[in-house]
Amino acid sequence: MGASDFSKLPHIGEALRRKEDYRFLTGAGNYTDDIRLENMTHAVFVRSPHAHATIKRIDKAAALAAPGVVAILDGADVVDAKINGLPCGWLITDTSGQPMKEPPHPILAHGKVRYVGDHVAMVVAETLEQAKNAAELVAVDYDVLAAVVDVREARTATALHTEAPDNHCYKWAIGEKAAVDAAFAGAAHVTKLDLINNRLAPNPMEPRAAIGSYNRASDEYTLYVSNQNPHVERLLMTAFVLGLPEHKVRVIAPDVGGGFGAKIYLYAEDVCLTWASKKLNRNIKWNCDRSEAFLSDAHGRDHASHAELALDKDGKFLALRVHTDANLGAYLSTFSTAVPTILYATLLAGQYATPLVYVEVDAWFTNTAPVDAYRGAGRPEATYLLERIVSRAAFELGMSQDAIRSKNFITQFPYQTPVALQYDTGDFHALMNHANKLGDLAGFPARKAASAAKGLLRGIGYSSYIEACGLAPSNVAGALGARAGLFECGEVRVHPTGSVTVFTGSHSHGQGHETTFAQVVAARLGIPVENVDIVHGDTGRVPFGMGTYGSRSISVGGAALMRALDKIEAKAKKIAAHLMEAGDADIDFANGEFSVKGTDKKIPFGTVALTAYVPHNYPLDKLEPGLNETAFYDPTNFTFPAGTYICEVEIDPQTGTTKIDKFTAVDDFGTIINPMIVEGQVHGGLVQGIGQALMEHCVYDKETGQLLTGSFMDYTMPRADDFPDFAIGHECTPCTTNPLGTKGCGEAGAIGSPPAVINAVLDALAPLGVKDFDMPATPHRVWQAIQSAKATA
Amino acid sequence: MQVQMKVNGKSVSIEAPENTLLVQALREHLKLTGTHVGCDTAQCGACTVHVNGRAVKSCNMLLAQAQGSEVTTIEGLAQADGTMHPMQASFKECHGLQCGFCTPGMVMSAVDICNNHPNASALEIRELLEGNLCRCTGYQNIVKAVQHGAAAMKA
Repeated sequence: MGASDFSKLPHIGEALRRKEDYRFLTGAGNYTDDIRLENMTHAVFVRSPHAHATIKRIDKAAALAAPGVVAILDGADVVDAKINGLPCGWLITDTSGQPMKEPPHPILAHGKVRYVGDHVAMVVAETLEQAKNAAELVAVDYDVLAAVVDVREARTATALHTEAPDNHCYKWAIGEKAAVDAAFAGAAHVTKLDLINNRLAPNPMEPRAAIGSYNRASDEYTLYVSNQNPHVERLLMTAFVLGLPEHKVRVIAPDVGGGFGAKIYLYAEDVCLTWASKKLNRNIKWNCDRSEAFLSDAHGRDHASHAELALDKDGKFLALRVHTDANLGAYLSTFSTAVPTILYATLLAGQYATPLVYVEVDAWFTNTAPVDAYRGAGRPEATYLLERIVSRAAFELGMSQDAIRSKNFITQFPYQTPVALQYDTGDFHALMNHANKLGDLAGFPARKAASAAKGLLRGIGYSSYIEACGLAPSNVAGALGARAGLFECGEVRVHPTGSVTVFTGSHSHGQGHETTFAQVVAARLGIPVENVDIVHGDTGRVPFGMGTYGSRSISVGGAALMRALDKIEAKAKKIAAHLMEAGDADIDFANGEFSVKGTDKKIPFGTVALTAYVPHNYPLDKLEPGLNETAFYDPTNFTFPAGTYICEVEIDPQTGTTKIDKFTAVDDFGTIINPMIVEGQVHGGLVQGIGQALMEHCVYDKETGQLLTGSFMDYTMPRADDFPDFAIGHECTPCTTNPLGTKGCGEAGAIGSPPAVINAVLDALAPLGVKDFDMPATPHRVWQAIQSAKATA
Repeated sequence: MQVQMKVNGKSVSIEAPENTLLVQALREHLKLTGTHVGCDTAQCGACTVHVNGRAVKSCNMLLAQAQGSEVTTIEGLAQADGTMHPMQASFKECHGLQCGFCTPGMVMSAVDICNNHPNASALEIRELLEGNLCRCTGYQNIVKAVQHGAAAMKA
């Protein structure tokens, strides 16, 4: 079935209330820390208090003698057990042709610690309190080394790894450098910009948690873990780290309280618990404290970039040239290396027909927590850079922010960008026009005057983003260095009475798949949504899966279900043809009924389902009984959600306080299955993006490498009173490369909003002479910018 | 230490060490795992319950302080037959939750807000929700749910 037929089915586009809500609202959710197994012990990790140090000695004696202690494992035990380090899932090839530097990433530090929070030992005790008390008694002698946290200082700092003596992981580039340089040489105008994309802590509200469990009788392991992709977790852990047979390991990601990327990765704790569950023959639970999460969850962003945009005299973009230093942290997390390359540089054409783009990326090790994908992953960094420099060019040329964008929009599709991607479809003018209307651009001068009358500075900021979602065609990803496929798997199990259980490799940790996916299946089969249940998050029940990240679930996971449903429909038609004594080709299926073309003969879906399992009158010579189909779907292209966001801020120049007064977001997500859920995703993304722009910032002390923003007391999380209601709108150009026409909506808000906010701040501050500003626009920093502009004026 | 209290209408007696937090008693001793722990600095509000009718962060209160009090957790909000409290129903109706982790604390705070400020405006609700963090919803639908729930609680 194609996208245009699909979008007309019943339930598609309906704001159905969520099937999963009852359990969450009544306290019956089942998160990892809610699970209680028999004979449970508790683990606490001893973490490095230093950013960079050699370990001279670990003395476990006093801790081992403490009450309730079962075991204490450290790096020496890991070496003895011949456990490998954590793998990196994406190989980037350096411009020299050499592979990136890939130093070991041990599950417990051996000889050296490389960031504050690095895992040194795991203490297992009968109770959590006993484990915490014993962890205090583990005496570790360190020789402290100089630490580096700023990516721009990594080259000359003390080396973290012997494999990377200058802390350089790789240099990577895309685009035609010579042609770009030539375009710059002949340009009428060049806009230049240096910017920092601030480091963020993902902070899903449920901290990471895991339980390792081992059954000696069956020699089977079970890992319960708060994770976005249990099959990937299992594959990485068994094949690369522990060397266990995959069929002996079951990974269950039960209810998961948010992910945002931070729960994609295979973490050291997960492996330690799995390994120790057999070694100690005990169930072991670890539940991350929030402060521990700040130290040990993979962080996001942390780029320092220089960008230059060449324009002709009319404001047409001629070429873009970018250099980015990307902070990878102390070790390579699972997808870390793909974020500042494949997921970043390829998006730098944006919505514009810029004919030439050249991007160079240097990736560095520093004494900080590993950096990996966080909501948007590379695409927010690309969008922030591009949309900031486009607005800056507009300011410099005296053009309006919307006019310079509209002048350069791509209008013909498919469109091949100069940085590898091919956009299948879109209508960027429609998005801009819609946003201008919804955001009441015409009323802006009056609002600005009203603000001025109150002594406040009002600014308007634009951002027209595009993202590449639906990761990914496996062959393309493979050619770019991915060490895994990026398909998805789905199984549709029709029960004899016609109800359906669906097993999907996508994982829901807030996205509402139990509802959206049920809508897809119910729509296709013409049955009530209540008759469809979705199972996810368990390698013991779901055949396979690559999981949920990169806004891929509906476009890849949903497409896999469409394939399985095609098979169900094809087989069911044969059964129906047999029952109605007609040819297979003469059977139509619509609204849950099979009919014979040109006749009034018809039978309902339920009858066919029952016949498949009670095959008394059945073509057993040609057809197997049962109605249960599995499909794997590998996408042929990325999907390309796009949108235009407009932010209006009001700044109090006396205090530097920036208030978001108005925010308009118009997105093109292609086909929308459940608009209520989609809107919720946009709201959440916007708050994370605006959070980055206004308040969130993960800060390490430059001298000591200590994390200064280590709790909710120090790291500003967005709260309800930081925002107005958002105005949300949609345009729709269905994706042409998947059977649903969907593009994905999970990350858009976080991608599109930061530059809209900062462009608005800069527009507001322009009359005072402020030209540049790095996120986050905290009152202190805005006030300082105003003061220094005054001083130099 | 022995502590008596009423939890969700039932009298309970808990034997626990003096340093036990109320949230630990609820989760570990009474197996009421609907009350969540999202931080260690009393900032996120995922652990919000009602103590003698007032919303309290149960991670920031010792069990001993709850001696003799009446505690309501998210598990005690719905009717005995499973019918949701109007505020729970409003959260579902308005899509005021996504991953569900902050939700029990949000709902308990929301009920308290409506008990004390039945006519709060959207702006006031945003300010009154200051003690509860949500990373998924962007708050807009939570505010809508609280307004909707306030009306439903009055009905």
